[in-house]
Amino acid sequence: MKKVLALASLAVIGFVLVSTLRLVPFGVNKMNPQVAERYLREGVARTGSVNIVTAIVVNYRGFDTLGEVTVLFLAATGLGAVLFDKRGKRTQRTPASLIVKSAALILFPLIVLLGAYVFVHGHLTPGGGFQGGVIIATGFLLMYMAFRSYDVSHTWLMAIESLAGTTFVVLGLLGLVYGRSFLYNFLPLGTANAVFSAGVIPLIYVAIGLKVGSELTGILDHLMETIR
Amino acid sequence: MVYYVAALSLILIGTYAVLTKKNIVKIVLGLSIAETGVNLLLITIGYVKGRTAPIFSDPSFRPEKMVDPVPQALVLTAIVIGLAVTALALAIVIRLYDHHKTLNIEKIRQLKW
Repeated sequence: MKKVLALASLAVIGFVLVSTLRLVPFGVNKMNPQVAERYLREGVARTGSVNIVTAIVVNYRGFDTLGEVTVLFLAATGLGAVLFDKRGKRTQRTPASLIVKSAALILFPLIVLLGAYVFVHGHLTPGGGFQGGVIIATGFLLMYMAFRSYDVSHTWLMAIESLAGTTFVVLGLLGLVYGRSFLYNFLPLGTANAVFSAGVIPLIYVAIGLKVGSELTGILDHLMETIR
Repeated sequence: MVYYVAALSLILIGTYAVLTKKNIVKIVLGLSIAETGVNLLLITIGYVKGRTAPIFSDPSFRPEKMVDPVPQALVLTAIVIGLAVTALALAIVIRLYDHHKTLNIEKIRQLKW
């Protein structure tokens, strides 16, 4: 009975989605000339970032990204609050094998390096602060999986996270002081396609990368500590 | 076109899991699958045939040959929010398991009315 009801509601949802998407042709240019096409035409000249997605995320809609970082912070804090009294009881049934341990020790610095590379080059190549931060967190996950007693210093995690978040807000406020609006790109744009270009965009993305990396490591740490 | 089909199937599979599964972890997984479908759908709507990613890594690239960057930026946001939602949901699942010693929603009495 329940499955029939579920399938019936799925049929309704599917029908509505399909009949809506029939009006949206695949692969046809639907860009708004005042928004998307303008970002593509003027994005590099105005923001200095050759990656237009980064230009939108950090510059045109930087305030939105600040909200997004706040949501992630709230989720990490909420997770810490929900799992508050379950700390420090981490036990693993079977220890990891020697192969995993040796490989983790070799791979960990390389993964962190790759993450840092991705967020430093966020305005030049695909990727950015969020992706780089997640890569760094996967490195820490590997270390948690490989070593029973591995633990990250919570003081350092909190310090990096708070510092990165404050940097983001301070850069936005400096835009208000030296420019016209919050998160205004007040630094010189430089030449496109260089690492030191695009004004505040790389700085903000480094801050986001560190913040996301430390937040996700904190989430992993909370979840790993509750395994029994 | 195949992307639309894939995105719709992901959304429907995820919703089906949310509606019928008894295990809370599977419900959270279903949410994640549906969310992936929505992300794929948004990216697909922004795609333009024969065009490339909106990155001017070579000076010869022209804006007329690039896809819509706005859905990609939106999906970047959506992925991060989805991750936050999944993490928080899993934390609450851990709490529920602690309290009721079961993951079966039919055995958790407080969820019924």
